[in-house]
Amino acid sequence: MELTTFWFIIIAVLWVGYLVLEGFDFGVGMLMAVLARDDTERRVLINTIGPVWDGNEVWLLVAGGATFAAFPEWYATLFSGFYLPLLLILVALIVRIIGIEFRSKRDEVSWRRRCDTAIVFGSVVPALLWGVALANIVRGVPIDADGEYVGGFFNLLNPYGLLGGLVTLSVFLVHGAFFVGLKTVGPIRERAIRLGLRAGVVAGALAVAFVVWTGLAQDSLAVWILGGLTVLAFVIGMLNALDRRDGRAFAGTAVAIALLVATLFSGLFPDVMPSSLDAAWSLTTTNAASTPYTLTIMSWVAVFFTPIVIGYQSWSYWVFRRRIGVHHIPV
Amino acid sequence: MDVLDLARWQFGITTVYHFFFVPLTIGLSVLVATMQTIWRRSGDERWLRLTKFFGKLFLINFAMGIATGIVQEFQFGMNWSDYSRFVGDIFGAPLAIEGLLAFFLESTFLGLWIFGWDRLKPGLHLACIWIAAAGTVFSAYFILAANSFMQNPVGYTLNGEKGRAELTDFGAVLTNKVLLATFPHQIIGCFMVAGAFVAGVALWNMMRHPDRDADAFRPAFRMGAVVLLVAGLGTMITGDFQGKVMTEVQPMKMAAAEALYDDAKPAPFSILTVGTLDGSEEVFKLEVPKLLSFLGTGTFDGEVRGIDSLQEEYEQKYGPGDYKPNIPVTYWTFRAMITAGGLAMAAGALMLWATRRGRTPRSRWMLRAAIVLPLLPMAANSFGWIFTEMGRQPWVVFGLMPTASGVSPSTSVGEVATSLATFTLLYGVLAVIEVRLLLRYVQAGLPQLDPPRDPDLGDADAPLAYAY
Repeated sequence: MELTTFWFIIIAVLWVGYLVLEGFDFGVGMLMAVLARDDTERRVLINTIGPVWDGNEVWLLVAGGATFAAFPEWYATLFSGFYLPLLLILVALIVRIIGIEFRSKRDEVSWRRRCDTAIVFGSVVPALLWGVALANIVRGVPIDADGEYVGGFFNLLNPYGLLGGLVTLSVFLVHGAFFVGLKTVGPIRERAIRLGLRAGVVAGALAVAFVVWTGLAQDSLAVWILGGLTVLAFVIGMLNALDRRDGRAFAGTAVAIALLVATLFSGLFPDVMPSSLDAAWSLTTTNAASTPYTLTIMSWVAVFFTPIVIGYQSWSYWVFRRRIGVHHIPV
Repeated sequence: MDVLDLARWQFGITTVYHFFFVPLTIGLSVLVATMQTIWRRSGDERWLRLTKFFGKLFLINFAMGIATGIVQEFQFGMNWSDYSRFVGDIFGAPLAIEGLLAFFLESTFLGLWIFGWDRLKPGLHLACIWIAAAGTVFSAYFILAANSFMQNPVGYTLNGEKGRAELTDFGAVLTNKVLLATFPHQIIGCFMVAGAFVAGVALWNMMRHPDRDADAFRPAFRMGAVVLLVAGLGTMITGDFQGKVMTEVQPMKMAAAEALYDDAKPAPFSILTVGTLDGSEEVFKLEVPKLLSFLGTGTFDGEVRGIDSLQEEYEQKYGPGDYKPNIPVTYWTFRAMITAGGLAMAAGALMLWATRRGRTPRSRWMLRAAIVLPLLPMAANSFGWIFTEMGRQPWVVFGLMPTASGVSPSTSVGEVATSLATFTLLYGVLAVIEVRLLLRYVQAGLPQLDPPRDPDLGDADAPLAYAY
């Protein structure tokens, strides 16, 4: 396999890791607004993701760094081109971190309200915009002969991009709800699963529409197969949630998100950012890549350290595997 | 202002702001880990309470560091896309490795440490904070490797066809002589910040509430003050070494640090200058003869190149242009760095003296000094970085790429102005929140330890030891 292809796959894997993991903590963040009935229940929700959300977010930083190192042209065009959406995402993530970390540091009701708003805003905005961004990358955007994005902000708000955003938003909400179902006990668990099932109907319908649209636009067998499997995994997750098999329900949405990302990246390959103006101006895995020497070094680092990272992150999930409920929240 | 000015201001503001939190995070992670180790070894519960107290302050600071750190990684692509294209092959690698090796370690093991008090065996729990602390040090090494390439490019070749620098020797990038000089200076500088922080907070509590936990704050204060003083000596020694490397690879920066226009042998070091810094007029100057020669070359009569002759040389080498950094900024930030660091050490030594043999100082001035103390090394760190980065101008990669050609070509003034305004405003609000929170927890003093668990509740139903 070409090193450039290998790195395309690694970047895809990093996005899978990021969206599967932070996907559920975004979902839990959104649920703060609709699921919890009082302060204690909101604390139960935050504490389901407490020990792990920060590690989940690092997947984004590594995806960004890896793109910079392996495909500098892609990194440069993408982040200078998608300027305002990225700014919004950054602001949302900052506000969210502060909301989560500082919420319990003060007791005033007004303070906690504001932190809740920050957490909800900080979860909804990236959940929506990452979908918009990924869909637009796959769809193709105006890139000129110098590899510069020349489309402006509103170009990104096309129907396909927005549908992509709604898919990630709704699927993450369901993913988060099933995670809460897996991690809590008592009435909050039951409510989370019921809400996840109801939202799941909408999310599933949106996902089917998005997968079909992607399949028609990309004209690739792999996209149809992976897209079909995405929907299948999501449905299996839903069916398991109906039976209150929490682990399998959560695994279903996790696999569905992973397959959705795989669908998009397989539609993208061998481009990394197709130009809608002229196919010759598209950024590809070869013309956007770093040198073989850099890619070789990075490959060794990745091959050696990624299993270690996955190992200790999994261990931390194992350490905090216990379900929690309102009685676990200290007064 | 054009895109370039705005992008530079944004980089300056977001980076200096982010860097208020970084040195404290690095230094304090080790000091908190040390406190917990002392508790484990001695069984003395004062150290457990100190661990929890400073641990909480550490976490408030850490949250701010993470929140503002995310901007750093994406800013290169957003505002400096041509720079990213030019150096991505080299600069991206340490950044990616920093994420993979350091950030995962920090975030995961810190999560385990924060929430794992009742979930992990004590030894394993202690190991978690040490691993997280090691992560912060790895992080510093890789980000400094990236920065050192910008100061002194090594291990690369220029690819004219692709218009970029390409990596040829990663080992050279990781052993860049600027990196080997900067890394110890920076890490030890972090310990000055953390030492001063622990000392200042502990002394304030001792003086303000002499009847509340003074017996616990006293050893913490002494620990902080000793760390500050030892690290202060360390930064002087490593800074001296760094100055010599800098004089060798970036002579213009050393000349700008002194506002030295003509070559001098031996060269004096001015404590301060009143007058115009373009060298045209000088009202008053306080100088130490031969000191700059020593700082730059290691001998008291070594030659230090002046700005004018370097400008001439660079014009011949790189073509016509202005190769001088902003001289007033480099001159004063260099002095501000040294002054703030020196004052911190002097204050730390004075406070140690005032607390000898169980004494508690009573003077109002000492109380004020304890409040200011943590800010001094923090300021020294910031001034040092402003000096380093401004002294490299007009280059973004020294000798290879001018800052002006690194900026994103397709980004509009409106976009950069929007993000500059947004981040400035947001960071301002966050500063108020953070400072208030820190003060509240500093004033609250040491936490009480949790009462023993209710034996009627099973382990599975006991409240979490730590919860958001």
